[in-house]
Amino acid sequence: MSRYFTEDHEWIDVDGDIGTVGITDYAQGQLGDITFVELPAEGQAVKKGDSASVVDSVKAASDVYSPVSGSVTDVNEALADQPELVNSDAEVGGWLFRVKLSDAGELSSLMDRAAYDAYVATL
Amino acid sequence: MNAVNQSGWRPEMGEATASFAPTASGDRGLALEEALIFELGASGKCGVDFEEEQGEVLPALSRFLRKQAPALPGLTEPETVRHYTRLSRQNYAIDLGPFPLGSCTMKHNPRLNEKMARLPGFADVHPLQPQQTVRGAYEVIGQLADWLVTLTGMDSVAMSPKAGAHGELCGLLCIRAAHEARGDVREVVLVPESAHGTNPATAAFAGYRVESIPATADGRVDLEALKARLGPDVAGVMITNPNTCGLFERDMRAIGDAVHAVGGYVYCDGANFNAIVGKVRPGDLGIDAMHINLHKTFSTPHGGGGPGSGPVVLSEALTPFAPLPFVKRDAEGVYQLVEEEDGASEHPQGFGRMAAFHGQMGMFTRALTYILSHGADGLRQVAEDAVLNANYVLRSLSDVLDAPYGSSGPCMHEALFSDAGFAEGFSTLDVAKGLIDEGFHPMTVYFPLVVHGSMLVEPTETESRAGLDRFIGSLRSLAERARSGDDGLKSAPVLAPRRRLDETLAARKPVLVWKGDASTC
Amino acid sequence: MRYLPLTTEDRAAMLGVIGAASVDDLFSDVPEEARLAGPIAGLPFHAPEMAIERHMTALAAKNLSAGAAPFFLGAGAYRHHIPASVDHLIQRGEFLTSYTPYQPEIAQGTLQILFEFQTQVARLFGTDVANASMYDGSTACWEAVAMAGRVTRRKAAVLSGGLHPHYVATIETMARFTGDAIDARAPRLDAIPDDGDVIAAIGPETACVVVQYPDVLGRIPDLAKISAATQAHGALLVAVVTEPVALGLIEAPGELGADIVVGEGQSLGVGLNFGGPYLGLFGCREKFVRQMPGRLCGQTVDAEGRRGFVLTLSTREQHIRREKATSNICTNSGLCALAFSIHMTLLGGEGLADLARINHLRSRKLADALGAVPGVRVLNDAWFNEFTVVLPRDAREVVRELADRGVLGGVSLGRLYPGEDGLHRGLLVTATETTTEHDIAALAATLKEVLA
Repeated sequence: MSRYFTEDHEWIDVDGDIGTVGITDYAQGQLGDITFVELPAEGQAVKKGDSASVVDSVKAASDVYSPVSGSVTDVNEALADQPELVNSDAEVGGWLFRVKLSDAGELSSLMDRAAYDAYVATL
Repeated sequence: MNAVNQSGWRPEMGEATASFAPTASGDRGLALEEALIFELGASGKCGVDFEEEQGEVLPALSRFLRKQAPALPGLTEPETVRHYTRLSRQNYAIDLGPFPLGSCTMKHNPRLNEKMARLPGFADVHPLQPQQTVRGAYEVIGQLADWLVTLTGMDSVAMSPKAGAHGELCGLLCIRAAHEARGDVREVVLVPESAHGTNPATAAFAGYRVESIPATADGRVDLEALKARLGPDVAGVMITNPNTCGLFERDMRAIGDAVHAVGGYVYCDGANFNAIVGKVRPGDLGIDAMHINLHKTFSTPHGGGGPGSGPVVLSEALTPFAPLPFVKRDAEGVYQLVEEEDGASEHPQGFGRMAAFHGQMGMFTRALTYILSHGADGLRQVAEDAVLNANYVLRSLSDVLDAPYGSSGPCMHEALFSDAGFAEGFSTLDVAKGLIDEGFHPMTVYFPLVVHGSMLVEPTETESRAGLDRFIGSLRSLAERARSGDDGLKSAPVLAPRRRLDETLAARKPVLVWKGDASTC
Repeated sequence: MRYLPLTTEDRAAMLGVIGAASVDDLFSDVPEEARLAGPIAGLPFHAPEMAIERHMTALAAKNLSAGAAPFFLGAGAYRHHIPASVDHLIQRGEFLTSYTPYQPEIAQGTLQILFEFQTQVARLFGTDVANASMYDGSTACWEAVAMAGRVTRRKAAVLSGGLHPHYVATIETMARFTGDAIDARAPRLDAIPDDGDVIAAIGPETACVVVQYPDVLGRIPDLAKISAATQAHGALLVAVVTEPVALGLIEAPGELGADIVVGEGQSLGVGLNFGGPYLGLFGCREKFVRQMPGRLCGQTVDAEGRRGFVLTLSTREQHIRREKATSNICTNSGLCALAFSIHMTLLGGEGLADLARINHLRSRKLADALGAVPGVRVLNDAWFNEFTVVLPRDAREVVRELADRGVLGGVSLGRLYPGEDGLHRGLLVTATETTTEHDIAALAATLKEVLA
């Protein structure tokens, strides 16, 4: 399984043709206390770079862009009652949704951990 | 259920200190706590006595009847008066002190306005009474409309919008209707980054796509960037002038010329008209539509969040598309209402109706009273004093607070500061909360979005110099504490009816109605 | 100038602090050619209180106020008695001159009242939640249609022919620009409402059905039956209440299956005011709360654990979500909501039920009296406090002739529906607790005279 990152601070773990998407720990720290997560519908088609989910804090609503194209296979139901998981466990238990990738080639434009860490250091 | 002290401080909550002695009641002197009506009242209790009425419910209605009375608590009159009076004391208000919310224009609300609005000839009149019985009401609308048109130098005014954002919608729908009338489909409205949130929301509500235009380093619309974006797909621009950084948009005419050259229209957010009323006529600046918040410039009360009123002045180009209804003067000079019955013949291109009835009449009587009180000379003085007071605040604090556009010339009616220079970990919010302990309402914070940690101070013309000096003294002290990193500021307010509230909890687990047992109330 | 505290000396001293030679220097960013040299010509100068009172009182005297004549108008605005304490309390400066409670530590008064108001509205409507109010009933009604579109992701609405025509017009105006398809059923002068037509019009693309309860002609639609049909099609039922006092007597729409209930709250505490400001009421199921428009107040705790209230779920709103907001609304009808809430507190549930019963019984007496006038027929089978009578000729003329004789006799359907010739003999009449037997006798006698 490999993990990739976007400049908009999403991460995606790819296992076969299924990708699990969340926001990075850096992103949750910038957003502050998460109060609500609006998740996509299962089966919904998403395109790389399109808003697929929205993460709300008290004073902001932030789009989460899908790192890849495909269709949504699963969403993290636990976030309905515990949106704070995105704060406490952003890169594991706070995942948002899973996508069946339609074009694995899109992954090549994403960053790996080292590149993402270097990118964050510039912000 | 009769609960005492459900919401208040209770002895088990904390240590006694000299200034914070625990009490059995939870009240402390004149600092009074108050329970919810659901904890105080009972469904069978009533503060109204009725005249007797005999008879039976219509048999045909019987299948629609409710099985039991609504689960709503009642209180007698003395209990009601006490409940609301005690609650009122937990509110800050203009009547208590300065309320310097930038962009909101919290000025004194003259009580004559209230008295006039309550004359039975205005307050106890039905909107659908036959025309011959409401001539005076049409005349109030007509006289106020005449003032607004003259003060703005525009062609006409749509009086029915219910608030500023509703007025924005009215203006944009006029623009859309004007384009549609010539078969010209346009999709985009341009909005500066510093705009009120209502501008992009309204444009989207009216079916447009919103694109933002950048500001220049001195806090104004970037004319060149705007010109570069203009094209046949642009329906118009929404510009706030004076803008939300408190600056006059010097290039307004050039913006208008450029927008008009591509067939677009200029919408002006008139939230800040109070800065220029009587000094400048928006009609001389190339504007096609502008809403006027009667609750800002013309001092109808804000009432804890409304009602507002947002008449929209229109240029000659947009006048044919104004919504129904409106009043107009006939050949004899008598004001007549034009509504659906005559709309098709008298106003065939109007875009329709935005709301039931004829607009915020209760606000019209107040605004007209305010305008007549000031007159043409007084309104001009209003703008001058509002601008003078804001500049006085700006220059009196420039040594302790960063003024991001302080070198961009004088400000208009509001002074903009930022959090630059505060100690690590100290923010605009801390200064705002500190003002509460100082006995002031905070300024607008974190708006406009184009300035980091912005603080927008609008004193208005109804503050005295002595009052401003007290406010400036407090804000100076707080700025110095934020710069030096005084940790005490982080816990402010400590002297208000409540400490900082947990907004995260409220949003994560929303409790929007009282969930207690309905049967006990 | 009695409202301007600065003295000439203050102004001079302040200009010194600023470093400006004159106040005109502060307007230097305004292009020279747009700056007015002096007060705008042709307008009067400032005036003392007395002169203004004289002017405004003279204007008010040109209107015939409802309290000065036998009065029977309704059609979305109702005259009820407002207890004296309501107006006294809303004029307290801490309510009248406060702002939107953005600083909750010093706005608990307003916030607690909004929380109480939301609870009162939700209980009255039979909905899970309610918001802190909208501009008025008609705009709340459009917002409900727009919200139903967001919830169902459909863009069509069916409007009952019994929906107030101004509400229909408001929705049609907005829908023209948003692209929603509106199927507004034609109004008909029938004894019963058009429930069957409405149900038949529901299709797979229908986001919502909008039904007024009681409807504009005073009839009572069968909401339970309509809600069964909307549910079967995955659509929402929007119930519209323009006379909330009715809910003291008839079942709450939420209890009958309405998904969203909106209404005009003017009947309680607000008064007629020639049509505004009024009070938009908005309640719905809890699961739709994040799609709701308007302000919401929620309960929370402060840093010491004390109960307190804040504006919440603000990420739906324009000041945060901007062009993606659920609505562009930036205000509520705060002071009107306060008046409504105080009046409701004075009444209590049983008081509201008593008030509703009195309204209904007075309207029965009115119906008996008008039904006895030759040529006049009562249309409705059932009604609350407002019903329709059919006259032998155009009701618009009759209303004007009644007014000439000092009687405000109702709202003609010709005024409401100028394009619907088949309705023009209809007259809407209302009786409330303010209507006396003398008023009823006066209308019956004058109507008889006018129709003779």
